[in-house]
Amino acid sequence: MYTLIELMQLSIYGIVLGSILTLGAIGVSMIFGILRFAHFAHGDLLTVGAYCGLGFLSLTGAPVWFALPAGMAGAAVVAVLVDQAVYRQIRRTQPVILLISSFGMGLIIRSVVQVIWGPDVYSYPGGIQRPWQIWELSIIPNHVWILLAAVVLVALLHLFLTRTRLGKAMRAMSDNMDLALVTGIPAERVIMITWIIGGALAAGAGVLLGMDSRLTPMMGWSTLLPIFAAAIVGGIGRPYGAIAGGMLIGLAMEISTLFIDPSYKLAVAFVIMVAVLIVRPHGILKGAW
Amino acid sequence: MELTGIAAYLVSFFTFVGIYSVLALGLNMQWGLTGQFNIGIAGFFAIGAYTSAILTTSETTRHLGGFDQPFLVGLAGAVAASALLGLAVGWITARLRTDYLAIATIGIAETLRLVIANEGWLTNGVRGVSGIQRPLDGTFQALGLGSGLGSLLVVLVFVGIAYFFAERARCSPWGRVLRAVRENEPATEAAGKNVGRFRLEAFVVGAGIMGLGGGLYAHHFGFLSPEAFLPLYGTFLVWVMLIAGGSGNNKGALLGAVVIWIIWSGSEFVMRGVLPEGYGGHAGPLRVILIGVLLQVILITRPEGLLPEKAPRDIGKGAGRRES
Repeated sequence: MYTLIELMQLSIYGIVLGSILTLGAIGVSMIFGILRFAHFAHGDLLTVGAYCGLGFLSLTGAPVWFALPAGMAGAAVVAVLVDQAVYRQIRRTQPVILLISSFGMGLIIRSVVQVIWGPDVYSYPGGIQRPWQIWELSIIPNHVWILLAAVVLVALLHLFLTRTRLGKAMRAMSDNMDLALVTGIPAERVIMITWIIGGALAAGAGVLLGMDSRLTPMMGWSTLLPIFAAAIVGGIGRPYGAIAGGMLIGLAMEISTLFIDPSYKLAVAFVIMVAVLIVRPHGILKGAW
Repeated sequence: MELTGIAAYLVSFFTFVGIYSVLALGLNMQWGLTGQFNIGIAGFFAIGAYTSAILTTSETTRHLGGFDQPFLVGLAGAVAASALLGLAVGWITARLRTDYLAIATIGIAETLRLVIANEGWLTNGVRGVSGIQRPLDGTFQALGLGSGLGSLLVVLVFVGIAYFFAERARCSPWGRVLRAVRENEPATEAAGKNVGRFRLEAFVVGAGIMGLGGGLYAHHFGFLSPEAFLPLYGTFLVWVMLIAGGSGNNKGALLGAVVIWIIWSGSEFVMRGVLPEGYGGHAGPLRVILIGVLLQVILITRPEGLLPEKAPRDIGKGAGRRES
């Protein structure tokens, strides 16, 4: 009985972590689908988003929830700038060159955050919350809001992808690049929208992660591996699979703490990713998005 | 006094250039020749360093050890352990596209760093392994050379050996197949080459060379902690070195190591001089931004690097020339 409660408690943490990872993994998956490279600076877009939100709060004194739109706007701008200034110049070469470039870009972004805000640890205002006691479970109010925010963001993305011309164009480009270009889809515009959405969702993940714990310059980098794991488990290049992947990785990481040292959470995500790569290299879900 | 200070600085400077040269040569085998993307160099570097340290240190209660083996056994162990890790990673990712290899290597590097930091019985955790002997210390002392200079000589000898074999491999038929795999995989497959096997071989050899670099680092520096194997030092600098020098070119790897290490360590002095009082904490991140921007500029304006890759000479003539 005791372990059942513990399992349920950890599952709640897992779903919260999973919804954060999902937001990051959707971006990684979309960028991979359109531009065909694994974006290694994605974790650092999380960091930028979280810190932009923090900056907005401390400038305006707005309530803590304004960090989310502010951070999303900030990271979307950074993502588009980085793409226009650097990635766009080398897009014509092999995609793998973009991979190296993005790895370096991640370090640059992280260092810029460190120059502006310093190496200190920050947290959003709000302080420590008293958890709600429901039955034997304790639920932290923020966790509910995090989950809710993630669901709203994913729902908005779904509406965009299925109801708007640009969203449909994006799916078409990801499915078959040549065919899409032949039909006259404006490639540069779609790529820019991809970066805006990818950056904004990453920032969403960053702000929510900051609410769940704290803000450090390394917060994004240390979440990158689970995000990649989520994207790969869900089938990289398929944003909807990222939801399943994110939840699976989040739950596995939290529930694993029942059995092994919590400092190996990251390794758990990695091992699942490797296992999926060996057994089903195209992810657990079949079909395209 | 001033002069000996500068001399000591130069000795240590070139020792680090040597160690990074070995890492860059290893990466050149994987990326430069074969086009395999390893951004977990830090992991192979770390496993080499710790293997050699554990094999050669004397009995201690702080970490696994007490094998008291000589330096060369330690280095051989470093190469073997790192190559073995390369075999495992390469085998898993052999049939997957290169992005997966990149993600898998960074996963290995980060996981290894967690293991090193958490498994105190093995590595003494974050407190680190100390008391690693410099090779042939007594001999160099007897000759009247400082242990720093001795260490530099040993490192340079191994740079020479690594360069010699890397260059031989590049010019050999084996190296030619690797370049063919890089340029056009289906064509190589159609020519009857076992692409997966060649890629795995190149990855394992490259990993072994990186392990050698790790072993040399352990014996030069004398102290290991997980901090030294952060992606910045272990992985990123090596990539910038190879790309700046010219990937695919072993001489480029060496040149890149020298140039980038000059910029990287030189920027420390510049920052110290330029930054106003109280902003010293910004020096670290500003240096990273400098190197990062440099990488982007190279990738955009001169992706082939300082010394672009050249097709090796005809193998018969090349071999003859060396032996004469």
